[in-house]
Amino acid sequence: MSAHVMGERESTARFGFWLYLLSDVMIFGALFATFMILRGGTAGGPTDADIIEPFPVLLQTLALLASSFTVAVAVLAARAGKLQTMKLYLWATFLLGATFLGLELAEFINLVGEGHSWRESAFLSSFFALVGTHGLHITIGLLWLVVWLAYYQKRGMNDGMQRRLGLFALFWHFLDIIWIWLFTIVYMFGVGV
Amino acid sequence: MEWLIGRLSLEYLPTDPATIGAAIGMPLGALVVAGLLTYYKKWTWLWKNWLTSLDAKKIGVMYIVVALLMLIRGVADAFMVRSHTAMVGVDGEGLFDADMFQQVFTAHGTIMIFFVAMGLMFGLINVVLPLMIGARDVAFPWLNSVSFWLFFAGMILNNIALVIGGFSSAGWLGYPPLTGLEYSPGPGVDYWIWSLQIAGVGSLLSGINFFVTIIKKRAPGMTLMKMPIFSWSVLVTTVLIIISFPLLTATLALLSLDRLMDMNIFTSYLGGNPMLYVNLIWAWGHPEVYILVLPAFGIYSEIVATFARKKLFGYATMVAALVAIMFLSFLVWLHHFFTMGAGANVNAFFGIMTMVIAIPTGVKIFNWLFTMYRGQIRFTSPFIWFLCFVFTFTIGGVTGVMMAVPALDYQVHNTLFLVAHFHNTIIGGVVFGFMAGITYWFPKIFGFRLNERLGKYAAYLWQLGFIVAFAPLYTLGLMGAVRRLDTYDDPTWTPLFIVSGIGVMIIGAGIALQVLQFVVSIWQRKQNLDTTGDPWDGRTLEWSVPSPAPEYNFAITPTVSRRDEWWYAKQETIRRPHKSEYVDIHLPQNNSMGLYIGLASLVAGFAIVWHMWWLVILCVVAIIAMVIMRTMDDNTEFTITGEELFELDSKRFTAGKAKA
Repeated sequence: MSAHVMGERESTARFGFWLYLLSDVMIFGALFATFMILRGGTAGGPTDADIIEPFPVLLQTLALLASSFTVAVAVLAARAGKLQTMKLYLWATFLLGATFLGLELAEFINLVGEGHSWRESAFLSSFFALVGTHGLHITIGLLWLVVWLAYYQKRGMNDGMQRRLGLFALFWHFLDIIWIWLFTIVYMFGVGV
Repeated sequence: MEWLIGRLSLEYLPTDPATIGAAIGMPLGALVVAGLLTYYKKWTWLWKNWLTSLDAKKIGVMYIVVALLMLIRGVADAFMVRSHTAMVGVDGEGLFDADMFQQVFTAHGTIMIFFVAMGLMFGLINVVLPLMIGARDVAFPWLNSVSFWLFFAGMILNNIALVIGGFSSAGWLGYPPLTGLEYSPGPGVDYWIWSLQIAGVGSLLSGINFFVTIIKKRAPGMTLMKMPIFSWSVLVTTVLIIISFPLLTATLALLSLDRLMDMNIFTSYLGGNPMLYVNLIWAWGHPEVYILVLPAFGIYSEIVATFARKKLFGYATMVAALVAIMFLSFLVWLHHFFTMGAGANVNAFFGIMTMVIAIPTGVKIFNWLFTMYRGQIRFTSPFIWFLCFVFTFTIGGVTGVMMAVPALDYQVHNTLFLVAHFHNTIIGGVVFGFMAGITYWFPKIFGFRLNERLGKYAAYLWQLGFIVAFAPLYTLGLMGAVRRLDTYDDPTWTPLFIVSGIGVMIIGAGIALQVLQFVVSIWQRKQNLDTTGDPWDGRTLEWSVPSPAPEYNFAITPTVSRRDEWWYAKQETIRRPHKSEYVDIHLPQNNSMGLYIGLASLVAGFAIVWHMWWLVILCVVAIIAMVIMRTMDDNTEFTITGEELFELDSKRFTAGKAKA
């Protein structure tokens, strides 16, 4: 297949993926709207200021921001043909992402342990739905990354693998941006910063 | 046992005769079809040529076949609803009890919108859009098959409800708190949620696919403003799909969280907010009606230009109108519930926006009329559908503007007046358009035309039946008949309900004629063969290739220099390309993974409805594994060499000569 056809395919795939991200923005848009409307619906249960612990969330944010950096370095390294560096930074991305997810799970388990599950009030329902949806995306991203690395181990680098890595990086940066919104609207507004 | 089969139990089997009949009849019908396929040894043919094909035209035909079957089910539901209201006494004794009646109208609405109108729309887009823009294929052929099979899975899940568990009885948009656990604890609402959720993801993927196709795969020289209007309408529709369908996905997901995990998002206690659901679902729902009607508008634009033998009047204003509707359709959702009590200012804003959106629609109507003006009109059956549309849709538009006035809406809100209004636009606009489109493009896919006379009679019957069925509903609505009631305590309304029931029967006769039309046309196909590839003397690129269109669409990618390229090109001499101009092309190989993903989604949906969690997990893992396998596969295409293409394409020129 000619280089021209490959290049066209690459740009078509990227364009389609951008549109998918746009549609995902709309999903998060609906969830954010729901959260903001139900934020006051605490039904006598805890408010946002009561349940948010700023320090772990700050760690989460730093981990995710750092992982956005490492994945960007990995893509640049892949383009430059420095495959060892790429691999290193991809594993770093994975670890940072896993740290983020672990902290989020700890937060959820803590809340449920204290008796503040999603059942308690509309506010908690919308909180778990919004933050959980982002967490689900992160989980899918981590799975994608591991699968990519496994195939890379088997196949090495080629045009197709390069394209898929590019799409993954796009996805990961997107989740980072969504998190910035989450961090601001859910957590920072929540503790009244 | 509960871990294995969840809450499934025999008590969910149907008990009333009508449902038992359907529950036995549908699987029996499927068995008969399977038996016939085995008897005639057609399984391999079906598998290779249709089920696993990634050819957009074939996927399109499968969409249309499914949608037409569902149309029959939807009309049967409508017939049940109207027979009941025609026969029911003031004591409430009629054909069905209240719950059954509610299930029937809920199934009617859900099926008609999601599995008939959406199916016909995606079917026609698949069939003609790539041909029309001079493309060999869609941007993501495999994704296209996934979309179809998700649509199919949603349809099957919806119909399984008839066999076991019963369907939702909460209306086609399922407002909470009625759809919450407290009032609908059974599996019906879950069937509704998950059949829409699965089909909805398919629609979203299709939306992305066709948007990219139009942007990236147009023939060289075809700038956006040289595209046929149908392509423009699809472009705008896909924008609406990409932006609005995620809202449906999110809303249904939140509702199912309420139902599955005891959340309180849309409940009426613990801080939940049912009106939030109504806002969210209509933020999808109103764009959705334009998603359905805009492609139909595109079809009318092609048909009126072809059969008036004139270029479309006001091309640029047509595009402007489409784009205006694209923006405005997101600013009118609140007119579905003026009675929520958002206050005079909010209602005034949405009322005015609703009136404003009628303007671009009016522009289109006038453009079509001016296209007909001084044209040499041929009254073919697609054109008859078009004329019925202009009449019916205009009435629907006018009653829509009436209801855009909040003060008036308070009177007719949720009455049969509203029911008549939206059927006016959806049948008159969407259904007539897709019927016209099917008739118009049928020869391009199958190589012969449909019987013209039966097609016209069917259109007339639909039109007549429509008026008889819905004029009484307008009257009843103005008199205050609330919709969705199984009984009314005013016996003087009964005659009007009886007239309406007769109207449904007339529409049913129209559909019977359409079935007859297909049968007769296939029977007599030799008399209506399309040997030229251009049976209607068309204007756009799909008519430049032979009928039936080859799987590669165009042997040589066409070049475009003007609107209605084919109309002008065929008035010049068409040169036969030299052998060296044929280059190798790559087409997608058949693939069955889309079908399996659809199947796994269907089982997953069924498992969620019945709370069989192990099965849900199994299916989700299977789907993820299949997606990984397919997306990591680099070898998905086959090649047709230039020489083979040259040979294949020679037929086109010999056939043309035979005609000359």
